[in-house]
Amino acid sequence: MLALGLLILAAVLFLVFTFLRRKSPGSFRSIDAYERLNRSVGLAVEDGTRLHISLGRGNLFTARGGSALAGLAMLRRLAERTSVSDRPPVVTSGDASLAILSQDTLQSGYRAAGAEEQYRFSTGRLTGLTPFSYAAGAIPTIHDENVSTNIILGDLGAEAALLTEASDRENTKLIAASDNLSAQSIFYASAQEPLIGEELFAAGAYVGAGASHESSLHVQDILRWLVILAIILGAGLKILGVPI
Amino acid sequence: MRVFTAALAIAAGIIVLLGYFYPDQLEAFRLLLVDWAIIIAGMAVLVGIFNLAAVQMEKFRARQKGGMYGILLVLSLLGTFAYGLFFGPEDRYLRLTVDAIIVPVEASLMAILAVTLIYASIRLLRRRVDVMSVLFLSVAVIFLIAIMPTPFGGITALQDFILEIAGMFSRGGARGLLIGIALGTLLTGLRVLFGVDRPYGGN
Repeated sequence: MLALGLLILAAVLFLVFTFLRRKSPGSFRSIDAYERLNRSVGLAVEDGTRLHISLGRGNLFTARGGSALAGLAMLRRLAERTSVSDRPPVVTSGDASLAILSQDTLQSGYRAAGAEEQYRFSTGRLTGLTPFSYAAGAIPTIHDENVSTNIILGDLGAEAALLTEASDRENTKLIAASDNLSAQSIFYASAQEPLIGEELFAAGAYVGAGASHESSLHVQDILRWLVILAIILGAGLKILGVPI
Repeated sequence: MRVFTAALAIAAGIIVLLGYFYPDQLEAFRLLLVDWAIIIAGMAVLVGIFNLAAVQMEKFRARQKGGMYGILLVLSLLGTFAYGLFFGPEDRYLRLTVDAIIVPVEASLMAILAVTLIYASIRLLRRRVDVMSVLFLSVAVIFLIAIMPTPFGGITALQDFILEIAGMFSRGGARGLLIGIALGTLLTGLRVLFGVDRPYGGN
């Protein structure tokens, strides 16, 4: 019942904040990686280079699907913003369902921007079904397709190091975030401005995906404080010997 | 049509979610929906493989760099797929294909990965010199030393102590990160459930 209560609380807060945010957009702390991302999108459109967006291999049937969905939300916004570019972004993924959804998301983004004719099915790619085959399939995209910025956002493991290494060799910009702790430590060592923990889920809000993404961040903050209070309370009760 | 797909997706999502909280009433329906989704995901693999082959063929047709590798990939794919259809996945030659090609290739990539990680660690201080980077590298080195086998065999009491102390902080940090990720996943799921984010092309 506690889990259901938490879910209902989160849903109510989300709806309330979304309603409030529609009236007055919020302001957020600066995250260097997302500022760099916003600059890179504009530069890629201007200098005719590509964005490579890697959505990882998050299976939508598992809890890892959350990061994939966050990546898709960001992709949708990026597709709209780059719809005027001669070179559309290329999206690679390591899960078949995710690859199909990435194609659908790209098409929706172009449609919303009134440029549906820009959509090519080959820009949403499945590059492999195992971690290493996925990385091996995505590396040629980084090397050969005139990519200026690599955005790696999703569920990846240690194979993420192969992608960051390829990006480094091509001297391209790298913006990387993952829900996987191994991948986060790799990104911390490889990226200029690493994104840690739940910063992955802030991507939508920072690329201007709308009030719902902004309100999600506020609700996350509130829930985080509730979790902190619960941990402190639990620890205090345990110290006092109260059974919990 | 878009409204219909959105309504269908939202209804299915809510039923599956509520199925976890009310198993007596909704468990059977939840499992049915999940089974359907698994069948669709199976078909998605076939569509994804078709996409993979089509992208490689286009690379070859457009004479892009690496196009020949693409043709090799498509021919290998068709060959093993046809062989697997006729003789089944348990055939010894098909298993040999996996053992002699895929396993060594992935093992080689794993070896490259080890070198890549060491190289990335060395470059970290060149890329970003701050307290956190130094701490990150120091802890990584301490952990490596602590789990290294010694000439005396096994893990010594000192190594055990290092692992215990450093592990206490790293486990705490990892739990903090995972709680943040869980909250992010919860809110992302709610956005999809409310139909605000529609990755299935509905908006």
